[in-house]
Amino acid sequence: MVNCLKQLSLEKDKPKKKKKTLLVNIMAPQRKIPKKVSIFLGIFSFVIILGLWSFITYGKIVGSMFVPTPGETFKAMHTMFANGFWSDIGITVYRVMSGFIIALIVAIPLGILVGAYSPFAALLEPVFSFVRYMPASAFIPLFIFWIGIGESEKIAVIILGSLPQLVLMIANNIRDVETSLIEVSYTLGTNTFDVLWKIILPKSLPNIMDTIRIVLGWAWTYVIVAEIVGASSGIGFSILQAQRTFQIDSIFVGILTLGIIGLIVDTGLTIINKKVFSWNF
Amino acid sequence: MVESIVVKNVSKVFETKSGDVQALKNINLGIQDKEFVSILGTSGCGKSTLLRIIGGLETASEGEVICHDAIVDGPRVDRGMVFQQYSLFPWMSVQKNIEFGLKQKKVEKSKREKIAKEYIKLVGLKGFEDLFPKNLSGGMKQRVALARGLANDPEVLLLDEPFGALDMQTREVMQELLLGIWQESPKTILMVTHDVEEAILLSNRVIIMSSHPGEIKEILDIDLGNKRTFETRLTEKFLEYKRIASEVIRVETSKIL
Repeated sequence: MVNCLKQLSLEKDKPKKKKKTLLVNIMAPQRKIPKKVSIFLGIFSFVIILGLWSFITYGKIVGSMFVPTPGETFKAMHTMFANGFWSDIGITVYRVMSGFIIALIVAIPLGILVGAYSPFAALLEPVFSFVRYMPASAFIPLFIFWIGIGESEKIAVIILGSLPQLVLMIANNIRDVETSLIEVSYTLGTNTFDVLWKIILPKSLPNIMDTIRIVLGWAWTYVIVAEIVGASSGIGFSILQAQRTFQIDSIFVGILTLGIIGLIVDTGLTIINKKVFSWNF
Repeated sequence: MVESIVVKNVSKVFETKSGDVQALKNINLGIQDKEFVSILGTSGCGKSTLLRIIGGLETASEGEVICHDAIVDGPRVDRGMVFQQYSLFPWMSVQKNIEFGLKQKKVEKSKREKIAKEYIKLVGLKGFEDLFPKNLSGGMKQRVALARGLANDPEVLLLDEPFGALDMQTREVMQELLLGIWQESPKTILMVTHDVEEAILLSNRVIIMSSHPGEIKEILDIDLGNKRTFETRLTEKFLEYKRIASEVIRVETSKIL
């Protein structure tokens, strides 16, 4: 009888579980969301943009003189690719990569020296900070004057634009290595030379890779500016050409191509980084 | 008795913007071979600074530290260290972390793998050899750090609040583990802690420091024998040591509050 009562009272007091809405559950700072939801939201944002774009163009809210419809843009893309747009993409990629790789070859060792050794920081950091604030595009007229409008000029712009950023950001990646890791490695037998190769570099490598990914994006901006100012090929040149002949749809294709290349490269590098440095993620 | 570490008249002054701060004043200390010594004190009493000076990670403003007849002038393999924040190498597996010091000593591969395996077993991490630190709990990380320090077989092992970041239950398990390891094969160990029970349970001697400036206030010889277990905490003698140590610390703490 007593037992029965207890059970009854338990039943009565059973707390009602408050059901939180999905939105409240997701919208907590830094809360992780399932991968599927994340991918869905990523695609969703593109769908929204495409929807808005379709709405204002097909709905004749703005004239196709200013904004072409998605259909027109798609058609323009077709003709452009049929008429050698591939080679323009190729030449632009070539310029970015040559300039960026040269910048990397110089910037990685310099960044490591600046980040690890105070004398190098004292010597080089002010200069690079100074150069960093001078926009690479401002140098284009000077570079054309000095080296002409050939490939070297574009590559020079990319190097000038990305090198100081790379050096300073890599130096910071190197500095971010915890002192305690370095200290404990000394007590385990490393010397000041070992510690750079065996501790500081392996620890900072994922962050350096991330720096490279970010600055590569900026390098794309410099190449397009250089191509718009003075070139006879490349994506930037195609955009300028399209503007001269009032082919707004082709301008759209040029810009969208840049976005798509960026998205692919960025995602690719992020995936590689996570695979190679799985210990870090 | 051989003295493993001798601290002679060590003082340390930190220069700060608001003036000089005397962290350590005239510390004299001798640690014998295979002795377990704890430095006990409230936070800010300079106990970690003293340990770092002995480890060679910090220089003394005055005085010197001698480790096995050599004046300490920097961190060396003869003084291994274990930090509160574990400081494991995150890109290395448990096994590789423990092998690191041996690899630096150029011990051949098969031999260092064997040694690492032994220490993995000793700290109870069998089966976790290939995991990376990010996949380990705090207690497991500190086991790896301890094994890494021990595997290198330093003359002296310096422990800087080794269990300070762990929850109470894990901390007690780790204290038992360290007690077991030390009783099995005694090493010279100098540990910094603010945990009174931890210091008494593990040590042959407990050095109690006062703060501002950091000075040695009291040295307690802990005569609890060599067969201590977790139960030792409940003995009359242990509680008496705890009472004395707590009283000294209480007085010191109230002075600075």
